[in-house]
Amino acid sequence: MITVIAIVTDGLVYAAWLFVVAIGLTLIFGVMKILNVAHGAFYAFGAYAAATAIGLYFDRGWPVVGGYLVVAIAAIAIGLVMGYILERVFLRRVYGKDEVVVVLITYALFLILEDVLILIWGTDGRSAYQPYTEAGSFTVGGLPLSVYDIGLVGFAGLLAIASTLAIKRTTFGRLLTAVIYDRETAAAFGVNVSRVYTVTFLVGAVLGALGGALTAPKISVTPGLGVEVIVLAFAVVAIGGMGSMEGALVGALIVGLFRAGAVHLVPQLELFSIYAVMALVLVFRPQGLFSRAQPRKI
Amino acid sequence: MTGSRILLGAAILGGLGAAAPFTPLWLISLVTLAMSTGLVVCGLIILWRAGLVPFGQALFFATGAYTVALSGRWFGVNDAFLLIGLAVIMAALVALLVGFLLAQYREIFFAMLSLALSMILYGVLVKSETLGSTDGINVAQASFFGMKPRGPGYTFALFWLALGMVFSAWVGVSAYLGSVAGQLAGAIRDNEIRVEYLGISVTRLVHLKLTISAALAGAGGALAALSISHVDPQMAYWTTSGGFVFVTILAGAASVPAAFLGALLFEVVRTIAVALLPGGWQLILGSVLLLTILFVPEGLGSLMIRKRANAAGKGTA
Repeated sequence: MITVIAIVTDGLVYAAWLFVVAIGLTLIFGVMKILNVAHGAFYAFGAYAAATAIGLYFDRGWPVVGGYLVVAIAAIAIGLVMGYILERVFLRRVYGKDEVVVVLITYALFLILEDVLILIWGTDGRSAYQPYTEAGSFTVGGLPLSVYDIGLVGFAGLLAIASTLAIKRTTFGRLLTAVIYDRETAAAFGVNVSRVYTVTFLVGAVLGALGGALTAPKISVTPGLGVEVIVLAFAVVAIGGMGSMEGALVGALIVGLFRAGAVHLVPQLELFSIYAVMALVLVFRPQGLFSRAQPRKI
Repeated sequence: MTGSRILLGAAILGGLGAAAPFTPLWLISLVTLAMSTGLVVCGLIILWRAGLVPFGQALFFATGAYTVALSGRWFGVNDAFLLIGLAVIMAALVALLVGFLLAQYREIFFAMLSLALSMILYGVLVKSETLGSTDGINVAQASFFGMKPRGPGYTFALFWLALGMVFSAWVGVSAYLGSVAGQLAGAIRDNEIRVEYLGISVTRLVHLKLTISAALAGAGGALAALSISHVDPQMAYWTTSGGFVFVTILAGAASVPAAFLGALLFEVVRTIAVALLPGGWQLILGSVLLLTILFVPEGLGSLMIRKRANAAGKGTA
């Protein structure tokens, strides 16, 4: 029984983290049709920015509560800066090109940013555990639960609700939906597609950086942490259906629970389980669980 | 492909082989490694022309490399030719199996699913002690038809073997690309459904292309394993696949020799970058990739072909 609870809680925490990372990726793909490999770089930069900010803040002994705010601000700031530069300088040139070509552009950017990260922060690892430990923990049925992790799950839940509302209820969300369905028709009706693209990319970048920033207190922040994240987020997005928000949520839950199950029951299969479940889903639903039907173009 | 071009190719490779004893050993190792990458890229070209970008070719590369390592360790197989043959067969078999699934996908989905499959292999390799776990396995020095060259002789022998493999791959892949099945690649990329209307099964064709490219990747993996004398799970990681895609972009899918030149350029750039800027070689690599895509989207090989076409155009005018 305790194993089951452990699997569910671990799975939920992992899924929450995956969701925050994957939703930015799926948003950018859904709107811009760009599979953004550089998302892993947003994540890594977010983690480093948060670790630096936490270090500076807690060294001064300021109140703990502000520390969480610092994490958020650091992530948003770095996400906005990076997203703006990448979109304006590089991606703008390749809109309308073959999807695969754009993937390769973002792959090149990812490679470059990986090293820029090392140039800025060096190769030494950093830790920024204070927000995690300060949040404390309690035990449920003999199982320690961290308040920070619960907060993470709560945050992911809020994010899911907020993004759904933003898309369904706000003007920008409706414009976004129009662009997702048909970019050219939307443009013909006077939607400023170029601005929608920029905003989407910025939001996606901030979400990626936020994913990294929220993880920073839980891990030792080391170079190369973006590499693994990006394939994981791909797996989540592929399972859910590329470009689908609900899909990202369900995909994150599936991957999170499967991984937690594997970690607790057969630890050797941890990585294997994630990609096996992805392959399994794709066998039956090649376009992912939540994708729209595509017309056959002859 | 004309006889004179085959002769020319044979002459160039023969010249390289003859020059080997007068070349520093590190350079020979580097070129051998580049040729193993070139073999994989050769296979990538076959898929690339059909509009497919495999982001998981490391699956077959690692299969080939581990086949060499494990055949030596478990069954005592020691002959280089036999090892490479086994690696090719294993990689092709794996492709034949996963092809039933993979051949149904196109574009990004093909790229993603092949990526996932290679990551499955990575996950298995990292976690299983019998397969060497994260440390990998050392590969014993191979023999060549009973001969056991050691020291510099071994490096030369491997280099000559690599030249032979490059020659066979060049002739074979050029022949395939010129065949009807090979020529259909462009049609598949342009409009698959019309190809189906011609009464050709695109799925089966893609399956075949995947198997051929996997066999080449297996050969490349085997050569790399023999040349480095070590295999590790990194060979199955997605960044390895990314490297192959990188070289394909650099070289372009237009010509087979360009694949090997591209691979050589890649290894040289990487070696220089690592030497000059130890922490910055990805930065250099990424910049080269970015500039290539933005300014020479058809690859460096296309420059040669364009030049040749221009010359031919002037000749007729």
